[in-house]
Order: sequence, then structure tokens, then C-alpha cells
Amino acid sequence: MEKIKYYVKQNTPLFGLFVMMIIVTIIDPKFIQLSNISNVIRQVSINGLIALGMTFVILTGGIDLSVGSVFALTGAVLAKMLINGVNPLLAVLLTLGLGLVLGVINGLLIAKGKLQPFIATLGTVTLYRGITRVFMEGRPITGFKSKFVDNIGRGYVLGIPIPIIILIIAVLIALFITKRTVFGKEVYAVGGNEKTAHFSAINVDRVKIKVYALSGLLTTIAGIILMSRLNSAQPNAGLGYELDAIAAVVLGGASMSGGKGKIWETFVGILIIGVLNNSLNMLRISSFYQDVAKGVVILLAVLFDRKKYYK
Amino acid sequence: MKIKMQDISKSFYGVKVLKNINFDLEEGEVHALVGENGAGKSTLVKILTGIYLKDSGSIFVDNKEVNVGSVKDSIDLNIAIVQQEIATLPNMTIWENMFLGRELKNSWGFLDVKKMKEITKEKLINIGLNIDPDIIMGTLPIGKQQLITIASALLWNKKVIILDEPTSALTTKEIDVLFDTIRKLKKEKVSFIYITHRLEEIFEISDRISVLRDGEMIGTNKTSDVEISDIIKMMVGYTMHDRYPKMKNTSGKTILKVDNLTCEPLYRNVSFELKEGEILGFSGLMGSGRTEIMQTIFGIIKKDSGKIIINDEEVKINSPIKARKYGIAYITENRKEEGLILDFSLSENIVLPNLKAILNKMKIIDHKKQEKLAEDYIKKLDIRTDSPKKIVQTLSGGNQQKIVVGKWLTTNPKILILDEPTRGVDVGAKYEIYEIMNELKEQGVAIIMISSELPEIIGMSDRVAVMHEGNLRGILNKDECSQEKIMTLATGGK
Ligand SMILES: Nc1ncnc2c1ncn2[C@@H]1O[C@H](COP(=O)(O)OP(=O)(O)OP(=O)(O)O)[C@@H](O)[C@H]1O
Ligand SMILES: [Mg+2]
Repeated sequence: MEKIKYYVKQNTPLFGLFVMMIIVTIIDPKFIQLSNISNVIRQVSINGLIALGMTFVILTGGIDLSVGSVFALTGAVLAKMLINGVNPLLAVLLTLGLGLVLGVINGLLIAKGKLQPFIATLGTVTLYRGITRVFMEGRPITGFKSKFVDNIGRGYVLGIPIPIIILIIAVLIALFITKRTVFGKEVYAVGGNEKTAHFSAINVDRVKIKVYALSGLLTTIAGIILMSRLNSAQPNAGLGYELDAIAAVVLGGASMSGGKGKIWETFVGILIIGVLNNSLNMLRISSFYQDVAKGVVILLAVLFDRKKYYK
Repeated sequence: MKIKMQDISKSFYGVKVLKNINFDLEEGEVHALVGENGAGKSTLVKILTGIYLKDSGSIFVDNKEVNVGSVKDSIDLNIAIVQQEIATLPNMTIWENMFLGRELKNSWGFLDVKKMKEITKEKLINIGLNIDPDIIMGTLPIGKQQLITIASALLWNKKVIILDEPTSALTTKEIDVLFDTIRKLKKEKVSFIYITHRLEEIFEISDRISVLRDGEMIGTNKTSDVEISDIIKMMVGYTMHDRYPKMKNTSGKTILKVDNLTCEPLYRNVSFELKEGEILGFSGLMGSGRTEIMQTIFGIIKKDSGKIIINDEEVKINSPIKARKYGIAYITENRKEEGLILDFSLSENIVLPNLKAILNKMKIIDHKKQEKLAEDYIKKLDIRTDSPKKIVQTLSGGNQQKIVVGKWLTTNPKILILDEPTRGVDVGAKYEIYEIMNELKEQGVAIIMISSELPEIIGMSDRVAVMHEGNLRGILNKDECSQEKIMTLATGGK
């Protein structure tokens, strides 16, 4: 019994998710159908990818507020390239490259410019959004055709939606990076104690640049999925997405001061938000109340989880 | 005020660290508490100050049983503690630190900044520090921070003051000032519990000595009745014959040459050579620039001018990563902020400078290798822990220090720089660290050791470099080394 109690305490988010799923199923058994579950995962794939990148950033003790704008800007650039007849594969690769560069800029401002992550990305979130609007002249871009890009958001492989496959692969890679690579260990060390990491011959600047680059890259993949699904790029795409991503990471139990947190826990956090959104919709609760409910759940969850770190 | 602790027991996660301890303190007495790392000294005084709660036993103040359930209770009882792991607020000024939570107000109800600064200034001078109360705490070396923490404990006019390794970062001169202060307060009936690993000190200052071993009280004696060897025997459980290993002269060819190194205002025109298989001691007062020179060699501090030459080749070292490439390891004096990630496990900490060592053939991290490496060093350095997975924060101070030393040994350095390597380490473990140094020296590793403990510098070094206010005043050979000679140079004399 003691053991079970300990286990539950160590994995509060996971058990929270189970409890939530059971309650929703009791209220409406349709929830647990495979088609609905798959729907939930597909819906979370976008936030999920962003949250994965955010996990790395938060593990170093940083934060990336710019993701929503990176999301919009890269989507817009891809749409424009497709309309102008650039080869779709090349266009996607160039877009991913752009996402990486936008992330690296964040990283450079923080590592080399010695800006606080909050401030640096507070600047770039506005900057990147501004560039997006200038670039799109404030109007959506629609009417591009590409089977390849269409498939990214809407296709299936072996009956599984491609966004889900992308998310799962990304989670697996992220798990591998954090658990089994030198870079992963360095990420934790930088967040755990930056000075000690520096004194231990870890290239702190490079680690920071890399995590923001990773965040930029994953956000761009998410942006491409949404653009493909809607078949249009919007100047206001991704507004506020940083909040959902941060919420997922925090729900998973990571510490905002860095050094503590796990990929699979973020994945649980992502699912909690997904289940919450899905069930509130199923129960036909108005969107105003949905926000209230979401806020309450997030606060309750972190209050519960807090015990783990501060006895 | 008299204190009596009776039958105190305490366990952490099922491991008993204090077993039915009896301890008492007379009015106006200095009672020394000694014992190996992890013996339970800090835990015992933390119980007396309400930082930890006892599992069983009773505490009496002036023969009346009291309940110490929180830090506030102990403050109300006029008990103050200067903790081993000094906790200051690094971004605040000295006077803000001193008056934290007890700020003085003027008749308008506003903060009386002027008064607080005046008092701070006065208290600092009392303890031999003539510095501006407006200085930001974090910019001071830890030795000075330690002195300031002591000064603020003395500020609140307590009846009982507990000092948990107060001198670990202080130099001889500062210790003298501290002892004078203690003697003065004793006359005013203040009592002290004094924890230290510098056994010479307790014979100078204490009235009685209690020895803890593995959570048990081995005995309490009048200081005048015992000798240092008796105490060591009680601490470690066997007779220790030597405090330092027998050292051979194994000096080989010059590996490191430092030529006119300057970084104003920290140090200037520093030149010395280091040979393979040699231990070069660095002595000097706090703030004499020793640490800064070493951190320049290690790529953390930028130099203004001068050369660093390794194996006859000038090198540019602008980061610890570069330093590691040249086989340099630097073991910091500041374990809490620069040496450890406190909420990570022992094994995670020990592999940090050499993460490549735990990769398998496919360049993937091998957690078994990590545990194995950690276990090797736990054995090698005799780190007292029940598992390599233990969070280092929960280890005793001395065992934490051993991890700081151990983590850089994993890189097999050619030039090993140790900055106060035995700070807070018990006699037995000190000897183990010395033996490891000796072993490395015999393998041809070139070693620099900064130490403020004169017996240690003299006992271990082949040559001793002495610094004074950023100038290298001289390098003494083993046969011309004496405490007087070093102190004369270190204080600016000829
Ligand atoms: N918060 C804690 N959680 C778990 N174990 C602890 C905790 N605090 C102390 N311990 C354990 O209790 C034992 C005694 O520790 P303590 O800090 O009292 O030793 P010490 O005598 O002060 O040693 P040192 O000379 O190294 O400072 C050690 O084995 C330590 O690991
Ligand atoms: Mg201690």
C-alpha cells in the first residue's frame, strides 16, 4: 500500500489523466471509443510538438514565448513558396530551415547577448509576428495546391493520421535525446546549476542555442501541419499557443526554474489538455466556461504536484 | 543559559543518523563537537535550532523542558546558528542581509537605512572587516561572506551561538579575530557549540570536546584532559599515525609555465613553473588572488596580459572546455555554487565533466557505466552514502566535498588544480584525499593546491608559492618552508 501511494505521488499527472478519462467516460461513454481517442491525439499533435520543444527550453531554465509567431511566419513563408511553384519537398525543407534559424536567433540573444529568456523572446514574439503581417500584407494566403503538403496534415499511413505519427516519432526522439545523449545530460545540467555546468566544462552557450533551435524547429513542423489541414496560412495563426505549450509542460510536473522534468511527463500534460478540450466540447460547454475550467484544472494540478519538490 | 539534550534520535528515510545522543552545554562555555563526515554533527545542532525535528528525546533549557518545533522557537530561546552551508542572499547588500526580516524602522514607520548601515559597519569592524555595508553580498569571496554571517549571528545578542564549521573559508588572521570575539562574548556568559574539522582550533578555543561517530556519542572530555591523537582515535575508531602521507620527490620536467600573467585589479606579473609529479602549494590570505589566477588558467577569467605555456607551447585557454583539452582540471573552492548540482544525484554529479566516459560503443549514454563509474569513485574516495542515486543535497558537507574532488578525477587530468580541496573534510578523509594526491603525483600528474591551512600546505607541498594582494611574493622550497616564513610573506613582510 505504501508503495502504491509513493508511486501515485511520483506520477500525479498520469493518475490525474486516468481519473479524468474515467470520469468523462462515465458521463459520456462515447469518449472512450477508438475514433474519439485518435481524434484527441490528432488534435493535440500541434500543441504537443510545440510543448516538446518547450520542454527542452524549460529544462534549461529558460522559456520561449516566440513559438506562436514562429508558427505563423514559417507557415506563411511555406504557403508563399508553394503558390510561387517551388518544389513542395524543397519548400518544406527550406521552411524547416527557417524555423531553425528563428530559434537560433532566440538562442543567440539569450546565450551571447546575455538577455533573460523571457525578455529576449518577448521581443522576438512581437518581431516575428510583425514580419509575418508585413510579409502577408495582413491577408491570409490560400489557393496553393500540393499533394505532398496536403498529406502532412490530412493523410494516413496504415490508417493512422500522419500528424499522430509525427508526434509519436518526435516524442520518441525527444525521449532518446534526454535519456541517452550527452546533449540531453547537458540540458539538465544547465538547468540544474548553470555555473556548475560551466565549471564542469559544459558549453553552456551552445546548449542554450540548441534548445531554442529545437523549439523553433518543432514549432515549424507543427505550423506546417496546421497550414496543411486548413489549406491556408493565417496572419494570426498560433496566437497564444505558447501558453498551451507551457501549460502542458507544467502540468507534466516540470519545474520552471529548470533541471527537473521529463519528456513523457510533458506527453501526459499534452494529453491532459487534449482530453480536457475534447470532453468539454463533447459535453457542449460554452467556450467561456471552457477557459474557466481549463484554468482551474491547471492550477489544481500544479498545486497537487508542488508537494513533490517542496515538502 | 544552560542546555541539555537527552536521548535524541533521528532517522532519515529509515536510516538512523542519531542514536540516543546526550549532549549538554554550560553557561559561558565553548563546547566543541567533532566527528567524521556524516557522523551527525550538523543534524544534532539543526535539531536544537528547529531546522529538523527530532524523532525522540528531550531538550532542556535551564533545567526546564522546551519544545523546539520551528526555527522561530529557537530564536525565541535566544539560540542562533551559523550554518555550515552559508545561506546569504547574493543579490542584496551586506546590510540588507544582516537585517533581513528584522529591519529597523524610524518613528515614521519607514526603514531606517542610515541606522542599519551604521550598525552593520560597526559590527563588521568588530569582526575585523573594514568594508562598505553597501557592497553586494554575491560579489564577495565566500570567506568574507562567512565572516559576515558570523557577524550577523553575533549582532542579535544571543545567549547560545552555534558555529558549524565557521572557519572553513577563513585564514589564520581572521580566525584569530573570531577567537578574540568568542572569548569576549564568553565573559558575557554567552555559550558556544563549535563544530570543526580543524582539530588544532578546538584545543585553542574549547573547554570541552564531544565526539560523535556514526550517530553515536563516543564521549565528552575536558579539553585539558586529552590530546589531539586521543580525539582522532575517538573520531575514526583506530589509531592514526600520520596526518600526511610520506612524500617522495618525483618532480619531472616542466609542464606548465605561467609568464607575467596579469589581470587587474585581481593580480599582476605572476610567473611560476610547475613540474610533472610535483605539488606546488599556493598560500596567502583570502582575496590575495590565488583562486583568480587558477580560474584564468582554467579559462573562466580573462587575463589582461601574460602567457600560459604548456609543454613549451603558448596556449590560449578561453573556456573550461579548452582547459580540459589540455588536460587541466580545476576543483573549485565553492562547492555549492560552482561544484555541484545540489538536487541531482551523486552519480549524475560525478560524471558531469566527462560525459563522454559513459558512452557505449554506439555513442549512446550507458546508465550502467554511469553507476559503475560513480561506485568506483565512492569506493576510491570513501564517500559515505547508501546509494549512488542519493541526492547530493542530503549528503553531509564533507561527503559533498569528496564528490567535487572526484568528479574531475574522472577526466584523468595531467595538471590538477585543487582549490581548498579538504575544506570541511574530516581527518580520516583528508588523509584519503592526500593519498590520492600522492598517488597521482607519483604517476606524474602536476598538482597545484591552494590551501589556507598552513600545516596542510607545508605537509603536502614540494614548493610553496605565497601571494599577497595580487602579487606573487616568493616561492619557498620544502626545506625553507615554515609557518612563520609563509605568514610573513603572506602579510606583506619581507
Ligand atoms: N535531509 C536529509 N535527508 C537525508 N539524509 C540526510 C539529510 N540530512 C542529513 N542526512 C544524513 O545524515 C547523516 C549525518 O549528516 P550530518 O550533515 O549531520 O553530518 P556531519 O557530521 O555534519 O558531517 P560533515 O562533517 O560532513 O558536515 C549523513 O549520512 C547524511 O547523509
Ligand atoms: Mg556538517
